Amino acid sequence: MTVHVRPTDAKKLIRGATGDWEVVIGMEIHAQVSSNAKLFSGASTAFGGPPNDHVSLVDAAMPGMLPVINRECVAQAVRTGLGLKAQINLRSTFDRKNYFYPDLPQGYQISQFKSPIVGEGEVIVDLLDGESFVVGIERLHLEQDAGKSIHDLSPSLSFVDLNRSGVALMEIVSRPDLRSSEEARAYVTKLRSILRYLGTCDGDMEKGNLRADVNVSVRRPGEPLGTRCEIKNVNSIRFIGQSIEVEARRQIEILEDGGVIDQETRLFDPGKGETRSMRSKEEAHDYRYFPDPDLLPLVLHADFVEGLKGHLPELPDEKKARFIADYGLSPYDASVLVAERDTADYFEQVAKGRDGKAAANFVINELFGRLNKDGKDVTTSPVAPAQVAAIVDLMAEGVISSKIAKDLFEIVYTEGGDPRVLVEERGLKQVTDTGAIEKVVDEIIAANPDKVAQVLAKPTMLGWFVGQAMKASGGKANPQALNDILKRKLGI
Amino acid sequence: MSVDQATVRRVAHLARVAVSEEELEPLKGELNAILAFVEQLADLDVANVEPMTGVIPMELPMREDVVSDGHYPEKILANAPESEGGFFTVPKVVE
Repeated sequence: MTVHVRPTDAKKLIRGATGDWEVVIGMEIHAQVSSNAKLFSGASTAFGGPPNDHVSLVDAAMPGMLPVINRECVAQAVRTGLGLKAQINLRSTFDRKNYFYPDLPQGYQISQFKSPIVGEGEVIVDLLDGESFVVGIERLHLEQDAGKSIHDLSPSLSFVDLNRSGVALMEIVSRPDLRSSEEARAYVTKLRSILRYLGTCDGDMEKGNLRADVNVSVRRPGEPLGTRCEIKNVNSIRFIGQSIEVEARRQIEILEDGGVIDQETRLFDPGKGETRSMRSKEEAHDYRYFPDPDLLPLVLHADFVEGLKGHLPELPDEKKARFIADYGLSPYDASVLVAERDTADYFEQVAKGRDGKAAANFVINELFGRLNKDGKDVTTSPVAPAQVAAIVDLMAEGVISSKIAKDLFEIVYTEGGDPRVLVEERGLKQVTDTGAIEKVVDEIIAANPDKVAQVLAKPTMLGWFVGQAMKASGGKANPQALNDILKRKLGI
Repeated sequence: MSVDQATVRRVAHLARVAVSEEELEPLKGELNAILAFVEQLADLDVANVEPMTGVIPMELPMREDVVSDGHYPEKILANAPESEGGFFTVPKVVE
């Protein structure tokens, strides 16, 4: 068993009234498997649809129906296990988890309790400040999703739609290796990125395709683990962070007042910014698991696993390492670019055959900034990689300054067109003709004797002259040439 | 292993089986008889025996990932005691 012992980090402690506390977090992520059909039936997994339309007699638990497992769902779980560098268990079994709820027609969920399909693995998580750490994965198992209950259509009734009933989920259980809400958010972000690269889960949290149960406890640094509470079904990365913050605070206050934490399941209410107990569900925790007599053990052949391994895509960590090595990017820029596969592909199309750093700078600062402003991403970008590449080339060749490059980008973004043609047509070329620049500089010096006196006393005033000259040249003066000429003429 | 009355009451509740107070004692006796019968298996040494999941040596059959079923909500709802607008309706279950 791999255990990653994390030394206490003073920066991450929470200050209480009686001293510092360390928060310890572990997570169970429920990720909907990307597949056409459900885990044990041939009904569609498509989101939406009329109520009870994507439901087979198996999903509705009609008597006599038998589950038959979907090969692709098994493959997706194995791919995910491989992506998490995890142990793939060639023999796993299905168990029944028994509880009663109207959106669970079988009266049990088919899950894997005793022998999951995937064992121990790990996720490397990067924080914004460059720190990275390893989160241990305890297991990944396949299970069925339940249907959906809608409670607000009637004052006295709940409405049940079984479209989701039986859709395959992967439950990915982490070790309690997380030490702050920031780490927890970074972990989910990274895991989501890996799943999306693998194509095993689309990670769409708004549709509930990725949701988290968050286990939170607090302790004094160096002490054994405290009693944990489980916050159920948190459905956004922001709420995961918020729920941990408020739950840790709640526990610290209880402990500092001399109380004890009850191990229980809680719900996060984002509106009120608090967690509250789900006591009424407690008795349902006796799930009386037993092996599902309808399903034989799931036995995988080594060549099936090897076949999947041979077709895994390059994953974020490998891509990041390659971007750093091949394009000379900083770890931070590389992390930003590899977070999404589409973004990384876009960047590579821009960077191929040119200065990687310059390409990364332009893509991250100009392109992403502009796309964000419009709520777009690279897949809906009005600017193609070749157009961005042309602008980066024009800068590298000294044809345009970085300032003009921004203006040119805005034109390409809003109007379209070939950047090289636009530079000619709109007269955006940088002026490197020193004679022309000298003429502008001479005029400014002659017109502003007071400023000349000031700059001689205070050389930082040079910026004012640069600004004036740039303005007069329409931003086209070569900045280096301009600086040199100004300094020479002013004698500073 | 044997069960007491409280366990019988709890198991009945978990299984949503209505059992009256008078039935608990006889039921306890019956369950304990069954448990004692099954417990005879504990006398056997199975330390090196693989747990058996079936009498026919076969693997879990698998299905291709093709949508081949569904799209008959009227069949799904046919036996529902109550339904509305294509949904099953049940007494409100939210807290």
